[in-house]
Amino acid sequence: MNPLLVFFLLSLLKVAVLTVVMLMGVAYTVLLERKLVGRIQNRWGPSRVGPFGLLQPLVDGAKLFFKEDTIPASVYKPLYILAPIIALGCSLLSIGVIPFGPELKFQGVDMFQITDLNVGLLIILGITSVGIYGIALAGWSSNNKYSLLGSLRSSAQLISYELALGLSLVGVVLRAGSLSLRQIVNSQSAHGLISWNLFGGFQCIAFFIYLMAAYAETNRAPFDLPEAESELTAGYHTEYSSMKFAMFFMAEYGNMITVSCVATLLFLGGWSSPFGNTFDAFGGPVAQAICPLFWFVLKVFSFLFLYVWVRGTLPRFRYDQLMRFGWSFLLPLAILNIVATSLWLTLR
Amino acid sequence: MHLILFFIFGGLCVAAAVNMLLQRHPIDSALSLIVVMSSLAVLYLLLGAEFLAVAQIIVYSGAIMVLFTFVVMLLNAGREQRTYGSNAAKAVGFPALAILLAVLAVSLLSVEKKLGAAALANPITGIEELSRVLFRDLLLPFEVTSVLILIAVLGAVALARKEE
Amino acid sequence: MVPITYYLLLSALLFVLGIVGFLIKRNLITVFMSIELMLNGVNLSFVAFSHMWGEVRGQIFVFFVMVVAAAEAAVGLAIIIAIFRSRKTLNVDSIDLMKL
Repeated sequence: MNPLLVFFLLSLLKVAVLTVVMLMGVAYTVLLERKLVGRIQNRWGPSRVGPFGLLQPLVDGAKLFFKEDTIPASVYKPLYILAPIIALGCSLLSIGVIPFGPELKFQGVDMFQITDLNVGLLIILGITSVGIYGIALAGWSSNNKYSLLGSLRSSAQLISYELALGLSLVGVVLRAGSLSLRQIVNSQSAHGLISWNLFGGFQCIAFFIYLMAAYAETNRAPFDLPEAESELTAGYHTEYSSMKFAMFFMAEYGNMITVSCVATLLFLGGWSSPFGNTFDAFGGPVAQAICPLFWFVLKVFSFLFLYVWVRGTLPRFRYDQLMRFGWSFLLPLAILNIVATSLWLTLR
Repeated sequence: MHLILFFIFGGLCVAAAVNMLLQRHPIDSALSLIVVMSSLAVLYLLLGAEFLAVAQIIVYSGAIMVLFTFVVMLLNAGREQRTYGSNAAKAVGFPALAILLAVLAVSLLSVEKKLGAAALANPITGIEELSRVLFRDLLLPFEVTSVLILIAVLGAVALARKEE
Repeated sequence: MVPITYYLLLSALLFVLGIVGFLIKRNLITVFMSIELMLNGVNLSFVAFSHMWGEVRGQIFVFFVMVVAAAEAAVGLAIIIAIFRSRKTLNVDSIDLMKL
């Protein structure tokens, strides 16, 4: 067959599979959060629908789908409908450059990553920047002062922490020597646990900054003032109902999953096992092909666990404390980290 | 293949630019301009400038246009009104600009053979080459632009401050 | 294989559309956005020439143009906010006198 056609069809297959996996992941992250927050607060989470509440996301999806979709009369309709589309679209787009496993070519097409761009890391930052529009337009088009306030606060928070996010990744890029995500993971998988960027690459401070900035970028506790129910009557998605609200909800959890994937790729060595090359001949070729995927999912899951744990435990920042933290603390710390990393790399 | 992609994204560019001019409300013009900038980013990718394509999305679509959107939201200026000034500008402006576009098109089409064609090969200039030239030969302009941004930040804060 | 001329024609078209917007629009913010459109058209022709000659300096110049455009957008929008505060309108036909 024409190689271009093969490439096209295989890419379409990868996109379809990953979109379905991402959406299922979003649904089950919601369940994870509800059960975990429930346990932290000494109660069961959802446990009636299916064994251990595992069918809850499906039932929730059906409920949100059947709710009445009200559009208030005085909203600016085109933007009101466009905003959740932008939010959900941008949160699902980043999956296109994330590699899940080592390079495995089938008919000349890499099967564990949709596309390996030379500037893959910057694409993820760009998609995060464009995702701000979903929130800004939602708040303004709702024609509601609480929505406008919530969306302006949230957009200002996102823009401020984007800087710290980008700068904290520069240390990783310096060590890997490339912006391509596959190269960054390959530069960490030499010796198992100690060659990961978190430990052997001395990027602990960058990891801390990245984690703080990512919590602020995804509007999650302790930085979730813009959507806190008790402060702003649900902020920028006050006027949304049914599917559009579900899209904002899914966009938030999709962003969480994206951020966790990027954190595992950059700081925890991606799909490489913590034992390095000691178990290479264990279990035969099929197990060896599946193992990296297993390690990747385990690491992403641990990040999601950390996310929910922090949400259930810490109180919320006030808005001025939030902005001061981002500009006066994280930004200088990120710059110091870049200087220290480049000094270390030159003197090595 | 290259030609098809160029026509799709070039057409999207022009359509969004025309839409920006036809819309009455400034927020719709801002969104059309974002579409223009994103399709220009794809055209830069087609020309092999991958870092520039991503910088276009991060800086232009993701920062400058967010600034425009914020100002439109904060000032809450409504739809445009038609005034006699705009009619006069249209009567004189359209013919003059049509002539300008015709002159440019004729002069560009006459040198078509001499300029050659763009190929979809691997990017000629990767990020390493770009950064090597930027941080060695052109270090002084780079530092000067950083001072320029500092001045712009100070100026913007001083100008937009509320009167006490 | 796309002739470089097509890219240059597109750039000229965007530039002329920017001038059209600058002349006919009456809202101050939209006029400013047309200026950004002109800058983008010029950026495209720089990148096309950089591809043609195989030089990286064309792309670096585009990088500097982006930086300058960002600085100009920040200061220009701050001026627009200051104008709006004193005149309470954004229509260019009403802001054409120095007298308030």
